[in-house]
Amino acid sequence: MSWFLQPLTYEFMLRGLLASVIVGVLCAVMGTYVVLRGMAFLGDALAHAILPGVAIAYILRGDLLVGAGIAAVIVALSIGLFSKQGTIREDTAIGILFAAALSLGVALISSMQTYAVDLSHILFGDVLGVSPADLWLIGGLSLAILLTVGLFYKQFLVISFDPVLAATLRLPAELLRNLMLVLLALTVVVSLQTVGVGLAAAMLVTPAATAYLLTRRLWPMMLVSAVIGALSSVIGLYVSYYWNIVSGSAIVLTATAFFLLAFLWKRVRS
Amino acid sequence: MTHTPHRLEIQNASIGYGEKIVLRDLSFHVPHGARVAVVGPNGAGKSTLFKALVGLLPLQSGQILIHGLPLGNHLDCVAYVPQREDVDWRFPVTVRDVVMMGRFGQLGWLKRASRRDMQIVQNSLEQMGIADLADYSIGQLSGGQQQRTFLARALAQEPHILLMDEPFSSVDITTQEATLSLLDYLREREVTAMISTHDLNLAATRFDHVLLLNRRLIAFGRPGEVLAQESLSRAFGSSLLVMENGAMLVDECCPPEEEHHHTETK
Repeated sequence: MSWFLQPLTYEFMLRGLLASVIVGVLCAVMGTYVVLRGMAFLGDALAHAILPGVAIAYILRGDLLVGAGIAAVIVALSIGLFSKQGTIREDTAIGILFAAALSLGVALISSMQTYAVDLSHILFGDVLGVSPADLWLIGGLSLAILLTVGLFYKQFLVISFDPVLAATLRLPAELLRNLMLVLLALTVVVSLQTVGVGLAAAMLVTPAATAYLLTRRLWPMMLVSAVIGALSSVIGLYVSYYWNIVSGSAIVLTATAFFLLAFLWKRVRS
Repeated sequence: MTHTPHRLEIQNASIGYGEKIVLRDLSFHVPHGARVAVVGPNGAGKSTLFKALVGLLPLQSGQILIHGLPLGNHLDCVAYVPQREDVDWRFPVTVRDVVMMGRFGQLGWLKRASRRDMQIVQNSLEQMGIADLADYSIGQLSGGQQQRTFLARALAQEPHILLMDEPFSSVDITTQEATLSLLDYLREREVTAMISTHDLNLAATRFDHVLLLNRRLIAFGRPGEVLAQESLSRAFGSSLLVMENGAMLVDECCPPEEEHHHTETK
């Protein structure tokens, strides 16, 4: 057991592990909607679209996560606005805003005098640099997002599965869709610290896609997805500790291994 | 004007998609608990009427009153079963999950399903003969079973008015019979039912009223009065065939392309 316990004697390692597990669970649960509603592209776009927010926060010496959060929510709601009632297709709206935000972020960063170490952490995650304050922020935001998902489980189920029923039940579909976009944006922001911009989308999609192969109902899918997300985070972090690999990559590759196992199992069975 | 409660009134309603008006100046009253067949050629506006009745399409003018009050006051008292469900059949829900969704309107925003809700779901499953399929994924079902699932869901809504779009076309005999017995069950519970159909024979024999449409109201009344050659030929034009023995057929089989406009609701 010492190989398991020894790393945890370092406080930064313990905080990193807690943060990874929280993010793993959060992404996995939100990811079920990403997979079922076909929003994988959106998750990826949101992750990149936070870049200008981070850059502006950096220039103003503010909190990078707050900057990221504001940018993500603005982009999410703009996507909702542009694709409202099919003015243009949602994936087109995403493509336009994603490219614009990313370009703005790169432009801002390239104009900076000093090249920033902190920014590379945003890009690739810095799980071992999670401060106690970060951990509280990650934990608090995650709890709020998960509670909202639980509270509106029925409504999110109906708008995702059967928009016609949602309309006959007079659910405010537009409002619920925007709420979901905001929750997704916040999820991406929370996951920056552990896996970074580049890999946040993978944490949204891979565990949920794995759970989709293994379950037949929505809430078990969420549960299995959460377990896979948490396991991937723990295993990935240990792999990263002992083999000296970037933690974000190790976590995502572990999740991918779970997906491949589930895919093979499904193939063999049928 | 005095109102008897429990009825559906359509007053000078014009319904359409954006600029394009499909149904013009429609007026009729359906008494409480009546069974109405909605008949008309493809593109006559049958689905459009149903969509307006559940609030999926806005009224361009006129009004629709249910129990004497405008649409939107009654939340889930109208249930709607479209001709083809536009859902993702690979979504991870079971038959029971889908039928339970029918309870969500009455449950309100934050309440969970009670024992009573589960009992209503169970009864609806049994009424439609799919209780043994309750734990199947919806993707595993045949077309007829899928339709019965959505009829069970409409039943679980405990509606005052149930709208069914072409439930008898392209389904198996079991489903047709389950649907017909559903109609009798609804009559016992005094639920108003409006069903669009291409089957004139069915409309003549199993319904109290027939609503004949072709972009506007052609006729509304007892089947014997409405399904006369004169009004039928006004609705169907040249696709109406009158046989030598007096039987009338509509030369228009399965309705493939009726109203291909989709409102984006996602």
